[in-house]
Amino acid sequence: MAAKENLLRLSAVEALELMRAGDLTAAALTDAYLEQIDRRDHEVGAYLRVTAEAARLEAAAHDAAAERAPLAGLPTAVKDVLCTQGVTTTCASKMLEHYNPIYTATCVKQMTRAGMVSLGKTNMDEFAMGSSTENSAFGPTRNPWDLERVPGGSSGGSAAAVAAGEAIWALGSDTGGSIRQPAAFCGVVGLKPTYGSVSRYGLVAFASSFDQVGPITRTVRDAALMLKFLVGKDPLDSTSVDHPEEIVMPEDRDLSGVRIGVVNELVGEGIDAGVLSVFNDAVSRIAAAGAEVGEASLPNAEYALPAYYILAPAEASANLARFDGVRYGLRADSGGGVTEMYEETRQKGFGDEVKRRIMLGTYALSSGYYEAYYGQAQKVRTLIVRDFAAAFEKFDLLVSPTAPTTAFRLGEKLGDPLTMYKSDICTIPVNLAGLPGISIPAGMSGGMPVGLQIVGRAFSENRLLQAAHSAESVIGFDLVSPLIEERD
Amino acid sequence: MEFEPVIGLEIHVELSTASKMFCGCRVAFGGEPNTRCCPVCMAHPGALPVANRKAIEFLAKIGLALDCAVPGHSIFHRKNYFYPDLPKGYQISQYDQPFAVEGHLDIIVDDEPHRVGIERVHMEEDTAKNIHAGESGRIAGALYSLIDFNRSGTPLVEIVTRPEIHSPQAARIFLNKLKNLLKYLDVSDCNMEEGSLRCDANVSVRPAGSSELGVKTELKNMNSFKHLEKGLTKEIQRQVELLQAGERVVQQTVHFDFATGEVTPMRSKEFAHDYRYFPEPDLVPLEAGSDFVESVRAAMPELPGARARRYVDDLGLPEYNAEVLTSSRELSDYFEESLKHFDDAKLVSNWLMGELLGYLNATGGELASCQVTPESLGNLLAMLGSGQVSNAVGKEVFAEMCQTGKAAGEIVEARGLTQISDEAQLAGIAEKIIAANPAQVEQFRGGKQQVLGFFVGQVMKETKGRANPKVVNQVLRQKLAE
Repeated sequence: MAAKENLLRLSAVEALELMRAGDLTAAALTDAYLEQIDRRDHEVGAYLRVTAEAARLEAAAHDAAAERAPLAGLPTAVKDVLCTQGVTTTCASKMLEHYNPIYTATCVKQMTRAGMVSLGKTNMDEFAMGSSTENSAFGPTRNPWDLERVPGGSSGGSAAAVAAGEAIWALGSDTGGSIRQPAAFCGVVGLKPTYGSVSRYGLVAFASSFDQVGPITRTVRDAALMLKFLVGKDPLDSTSVDHPEEIVMPEDRDLSGVRIGVVNELVGEGIDAGVLSVFNDAVSRIAAAGAEVGEASLPNAEYALPAYYILAPAEASANLARFDGVRYGLRADSGGGVTEMYEETRQKGFGDEVKRRIMLGTYALSSGYYEAYYGQAQKVRTLIVRDFAAAFEKFDLLVSPTAPTTAFRLGEKLGDPLTMYKSDICTIPVNLAGLPGISIPAGMSGGMPVGLQIVGRAFSENRLLQAAHSAESVIGFDLVSPLIEERD
Repeated sequence: MEFEPVIGLEIHVELSTASKMFCGCRVAFGGEPNTRCCPVCMAHPGALPVANRKAIEFLAKIGLALDCAVPGHSIFHRKNYFYPDLPKGYQISQYDQPFAVEGHLDIIVDDEPHRVGIERVHMEEDTAKNIHAGESGRIAGALYSLIDFNRSGTPLVEIVTRPEIHSPQAARIFLNKLKNLLKYLDVSDCNMEEGSLRCDANVSVRPAGSSELGVKTELKNMNSFKHLEKGLTKEIQRQVELLQAGERVVQQTVHFDFATGEVTPMRSKEFAHDYRYFPEPDLVPLEAGSDFVESVRAAMPELPGARARRYVDDLGLPEYNAEVLTSSRELSDYFEESLKHFDDAKLVSNWLMGELLGYLNATGGELASCQVTPESLGNLLAMLGSGQVSNAVGKEVFAEMCQTGKAAGEIVEARGLTQISDEAQLAGIAEKIIAANPAQVEQFRGGKQQVLGFFVGQVMKETKGRANPKVVNQVLRQKLAE
């Protein structure tokens, strides 16, 4: 099969055009992806559950429909942190191993209404806590570029699915980098929208003031396309708002007049030389395309990681209290009282990283420590918001590497949580400030993809996506993982 | 040594909004278990709260009625603890930025006015209901427990007083007055038995005259006004006895058992909670700006104080009557409704306070279920006012109205009770009686004026109380003088 006939290489936008023109059916596209899942997912482990039969039925229905829905027939992977009525939703936790939600997340409903075909639910770090998808209770996901390496996390299953040709695009969620970092590790595009743009209703909460759902795609235009159907105020999520701008498709144009700041604090110590070199090369191309590139500073960026690891676990410690064995999910009860039932259930249901973060958060909120930890971290959060505001007075967009390294080997950082946490140093400040950030492939280092992160002002998604699309063209990253390439 | 009790109350009020605090489930008491719940109030993964606007309006009403300051910016907090009736593992409540602060409510204790400060009024959500199977009915020793989520997430307002109440009786008066106020505001059923009004008390005692606070205990589980007073009395007595024996009061929760009327301290470990409050990230701050507060203020109903003043100033009622009538919203509404059918305020108020309340007291009945409607009472009083029936007959008719719910006119008609004012008819009866009682006639003519009463009584007896006393008097004097 020639490369251009490899359906697994298609972007969502291209696939839609083919389907609209009558040159491709949703059934054929869905079959191609289901077949790839059959062939390769036993190695990749992107999916926790594949809903092949439902997907085929949906695809056939789209082909038969008199009027095509806007996203009709696009084979989509859904992170298992999003509730899907009737489809087991586990958050990669033993706690919810057999949990069957009684309702569907708003963003999934919106995508379904728009015509997506859901292929199944993807693997992740348990309750979205982790940066490698190794914290899944059901086994790790592997990086399609190198099966000995991690896909990043926590949306590792979604990113790996897109990179392996097991979905044309995917839904992920990002609390501290969980869309952007795995997108970078897997050589695909990942967008975390402005906090509040996408409803969180039905997104199993990790840290409520950070969590945001977003697209993982092959191209920036695909990310724009999906975002268009994700945004909007949801009466069921009072932190959601109507996006002030209608999301539009980025156009082919250069970057002249766009002021881009390279974040000083995120291009020095702690960043791999290979990653930096790819990053610098990408920045030169961006400059060559007309952008005004300068040095930006986020003076408090170094405090972002510690502040995040107070605030996010604090919120998580409360968010995960509902998993108590009383109403749904696992109940471990060897006949003691209610307290013993709680203890046994949570002991057996949660993995180590989840327990670690619940303990961190519980401690940080404890009487006598609240001010020193939670209070102090909130102040840091305010400082970081101010740092970004100051930087955005001089620049339209800020850039940095998405992650300090490329995908690391399985097991490499598992025994050292702090090193693992540092995998998110470039992405976490963006969540603290609630801003939109995108990772696009910038090149290769040591045979693995490197991501470029671009950050914009709150609700400036259109501008961010336009610049990312222009950058994508001048960078010209056209590689796909071997798992897709082998199907050419 | 003399001891003075120091009491602060924490009152929880379930609001009577149509839907729950953070979801669309209906608010109601009881019903088939687990029929009014959803992913939000059962805390399913991924479900989010959205604040009920009406509940915030009710909250604002309460704050304003208690003369509180409403800062305008307030936020929700999460109060974290594990219990099966708390599905999220935290209660959405308010902490250091409550909705309303620094108010007061004035009461009268032993004829002395007394002001009780209100520390705060805040919004939270009710828990589900645990039902423990087994003899104790409590979680300890239960065979198993069931949970009904119908109540979970019902809007709950917490009102906290300052420790400025100094007797169980004053506590009851305060709670009664508060309940009445809430009824006027129409924000809650205030039914203590059903738990829509709940009251806990912080209790300490100190040597009379001291201004320092003693060690307090938290008294819980008093589900009626009677139990509140009784529980407080018992707890104060327990503390005083401890101190008199040279022992110390331990800060702990004390459980009032309404079956035995006893108070039992609970092990301090059972309530050693660190609630780890922190701002609720799922809800945006309550920016109840001055526009909102002013619109609530403008829509406030007339409160009991204002109503009582109006009764005195406009209707000419004595202060005492005004106070009694407005001490219950139902009674006061009943009074006003009756006035629409008969506008002699004084007479209506006398009948309400005398006959109606007397009847309810005697029978233990409730005004709400009383057979006599304001309209039928008004109609009866109108017959009285126009002289159609006598006062005595009126009372008799009223008694029957209470029993049967029939209209006054119907009873009077059926029993032929219309007042007899016809002079000729009464003169005939008077003559008969005078003829039959010569001895009494002799006495009267001999100057014993009191004997007239005897004759009046006889006429009344003869007419079964229907005779118009004025006319009877006049006719008898005439006939006896002949």
